[in-house]
Amino acid sequence: MDGKTNDILRKYPKGARDSLIPILQDIQDQEGYLSEQSIVEVGRYLNLPSGKIYGLATFYNQFRFEPPGQYHVCMCQGTSCHVTGAGDVRKELEKKMRLKPGETTRDGKFSLEYTACMGACHLSPLIRVNDRYHTRVAPGDVKGILNSFIEGEEE
Amino acid sequence: MLVKIEVNNRIIEARKGETIMSALESAGIKIPAICSMKDFTPTGACRMCVVEVEGKHGLVPSCSHPVNEWMKIKTHSPRVVKSRKTIVELLLSNHPDDCLYCVRNGNCELQTLAEELNVRERRIMGRKNNYKLDHSSPSIVRDPAKCILCGRCVRVCEDWMTVFAIDFLNRGNKTIIGTACDKDLNFSSCINCGQCIMVCPTGALFEKDALTELEDALHNPDKTVIVQYAPSVAVTLAEEFGVKPGKEVGGLISAVLRKIGFDRVFDTSCAADFAAVEMAAEVHERKKRKEKMPLVSGSCPAWVKFAEQWFPDLLPDMSTCKSPQQLLGTILKTVYAGKEDIDPGNIFSVAIAPCTAKKFEAQREEMTRKGLSDIDSVLTTRELAKLIRLYGIDMNQIGSEIADEPYGIPSSAGRLFGAAGGMSEAVIRSLPHITGSKDPSSIKYQELRGSKGRKEAGVKIGRNVYRFAAVSGLSNALPLIEEIREGKGDYDFVEIMACAGGCVNGGGQPIGAGDTAVRARMKALYGIDEKETIRFSHKSPAVSALYHEFQDGPGSKKCRSFFHTRYSERKVLL
Repeated sequence: MDGKTNDILRKYPKGARDSLIPILQDIQDQEGYLSEQSIVEVGRYLNLPSGKIYGLATFYNQFRFEPPGQYHVCMCQGTSCHVTGAGDVRKELEKKMRLKPGETTRDGKFSLEYTACMGACHLSPLIRVNDRYHTRVAPGDVKGILNSFIEGEEE
Repeated sequence: MLVKIEVNNRIIEARKGETIMSALESAGIKIPAICSMKDFTPTGACRMCVVEVEGKHGLVPSCSHPVNEWMKIKTHSPRVVKSRKTIVELLLSNHPDDCLYCVRNGNCELQTLAEELNVRERRIMGRKNNYKLDHSSPSIVRDPAKCILCGRCVRVCEDWMTVFAIDFLNRGNKTIIGTACDKDLNFSSCINCGQCIMVCPTGALFEKDALTELEDALHNPDKTVIVQYAPSVAVTLAEEFGVKPGKEVGGLISAVLRKIGFDRVFDTSCAADFAAVEMAAEVHERKKRKEKMPLVSGSCPAWVKFAEQWFPDLLPDMSTCKSPQQLLGTILKTVYAGKEDIDPGNIFSVAIAPCTAKKFEAQREEMTRKGLSDIDSVLTTRELAKLIRLYGIDMNQIGSEIADEPYGIPSSAGRLFGAAGGMSEAVIRSLPHITGSKDPSSIKYQELRGSKGRKEAGVKIGRNVYRFAAVSGLSNALPLIEEIREGKGDYDFVEIMACAGGCVNGGGQPIGAGDTAVRARMKALYGIDEKETIRFSHKSPAVSALYHEFQDGPGSKKCRSFFHTRYSERKVLL
C-alpha cells in the first residue's frame, strides 16, 4: 500500500462511511488528485466498491482524477466573473491550452480547472495559476499569461 | 385494513400503507413507469408515474406515495398526461433516432411510451450525445448514448448481484452510467451475468452479437458446424414466438437448427449428466478422504468470475469439473472428433445458452486445448430466436426431431440443471451409484425445487448423511459464503447460481418475461422429469458410452485431464 495514503487513512480509525469525503479531500490535498490506486485503497479501507467511490467523487467538482500540471490554471466560475465576461475567457483558455476542465497537458506542464468564487469579485474575471492571481482578465490576455510561464522557464 | 379512495370519480378499495400505484394496479389501472422495479424500494426519480391528488399542490409520484383514506386521485387528467408526455419528449430530445437499427426495436419501453402517449413530433431539440459504444466485454455491449438513466441496471447490479460494476458518474446533464474510473467493462468487476440487459428499458445494454461469425462458419464448406442447446433454452424459446411460457420445444429446436444448416445438433443436458456424475465423484472422494467440505459448484460462469474476484479463498473448494457447455465442447473436439475422423481445427462448435456469461466463459484461457477453444461461439436464447427469424422458419409448421447421437438423449436429471437446485438434485441421484449404495426409493427432492433463493436438503446415502445447499441470486449466496468461511453449516455440496432461479432466468433469456414466466419454465423442467424414463445422470447412454470409451470410471485421472480445470484469483478494479 502507498505509505502516504496509509497515513491519511490512519487518521480515520473508525473506517466509517461518513469519513469517505474527508478522506478523499485529504488525498487530493496531498497528491493533487485521486489516483486509481488511492480510490481502490480507500474502497478497501471503508469496505466500499471502487465504482461507488468513483461515482461519488465525479459528482463533486472538487475532485480531480488526473495529476495537476506544473502550472495549475484555475478559472473562477463565480457570478461576478461570469457577468464580467468569464465565459469568453474560458473559451479562450480551452482553445489555447487544448484542454477541458480536469485535464492535464501531455507534457505535464499545464492543467485546467474551474473553481467556485475565489472572493475577489471586484477584480473579476479572475484566474489563479498556482499561487498567483491574474485579475480583470480579458480573452486577449490569455495568450500572454500562458506564454509568461513558458518564457519564464526558458530564461 | 382496507381504505376507500376515489380514483377517476370511482370509489375503489386499497390496503392501508400500500402505494397509490399498487392500489391502482389492483383496480386495473395501468400507470406508466420507468425507474420503478418490482421488489425494489421506489425512488420516485423518473416522474412518469405521477398522478393528480386533490388538495396537493404538485403532481404526486404514485410509485412511492402511500394511499390515504378518501384521497381523490386523477390518473389520466390532461395535466397528468401532459406532464408524462413532456418527460418522454425530454427523454427523446437527446436520444439517437435510430429505432430501425436498434436491437430493441419493437421491444423498447421508451418506444412504447412514446407510442402510448402519442408523441408524434420532435418538440424539444436537445444536443445529441455521442458517447462511444463499449465493446470491450465479450458478453455485454454498452451504448451510453441510448441510456435514459433510469438506474435499473445499477440497482440489479448492486442489490441482486452485489457486484457494483456500474454506477452513476458525474452530475446533472453530464450524468452517465459507467464503471469504476470510467474504464471499459472488461476491466471492471462485471461478472457478465446480463441481468442489467434484462432490466434495461432501451437498447443501452445488449449482448455481444455472435450471429455474424456464426453465419460465416455456416457458409464455410470446410467447417463442420456443431451446435448444442441448453435445457433452459428448450423451455423458453417458444415464448419468443408468442407461446405461453412453460412449453418445452427441444424437439423443435433440433429440427430448426438442422434446417438452418448445422451439421450436428446435440443437447447440452447430456454434458450436464456427465458433470453431475463427475461432481458426485468429487463429493464422494472428498468425503472419503475427510477433506474440507463443502464442494462448491463451478458450473455458473458468472459465479466463477465472482469467486475469482472476491472469494479466491474458496477456489480450492470449487468443483474442478468444467461447466456442461464447456464439457461438451471438449468432448466434441477430442473424443467425438477422433471417432468421426474430423480435424478438430475444422469444427466450429456453437452453444446456445440462456446466458451472456457463457460468452465470456467460452473465451477463457482455461477453456482451450492445443490452441483451440472448446467452444467457438455462444448464442443467447434471444439470438437463437433472431437466427430463426432470419432464416424465415415458421415454428408452427415444423415437426419435432430428436437431437443427434450420441449426445442427443439426456436423462431428466441433466435437464434439471436449468433450474436452480436442479444440479444438486442430479448430483444426489448419482451419489448412490458412485458410493455403491442402493438407489433411494424417492428421487424427487421437493425441498430443492421452486424459486426460493436458498434451498437445502439432507440425504442419507449408505451410512453417511450428505447435506446439500442450493442458492440462486448472488445476494442470496453471500450469507452462505460467509457461513462456509466460518466453517458453519456443515454442507457437503453447495450449488451457486448467479441469477435468481437459475439458468431459466439467465441474462440471455427473452426480455420482459417476468417472474411468472420464470416459474413456468421451471415447472416445465420438473414436468419433463416426471415423464422421463431415464432419470439418473449415470444411466444416460451418452455418459456410460463416454466412460466406456475412456475405460475408466468417474473422477479418474483421464477424465480429470480432459474435463477438469482450475481457476485462480483474478485482479480487477473492485
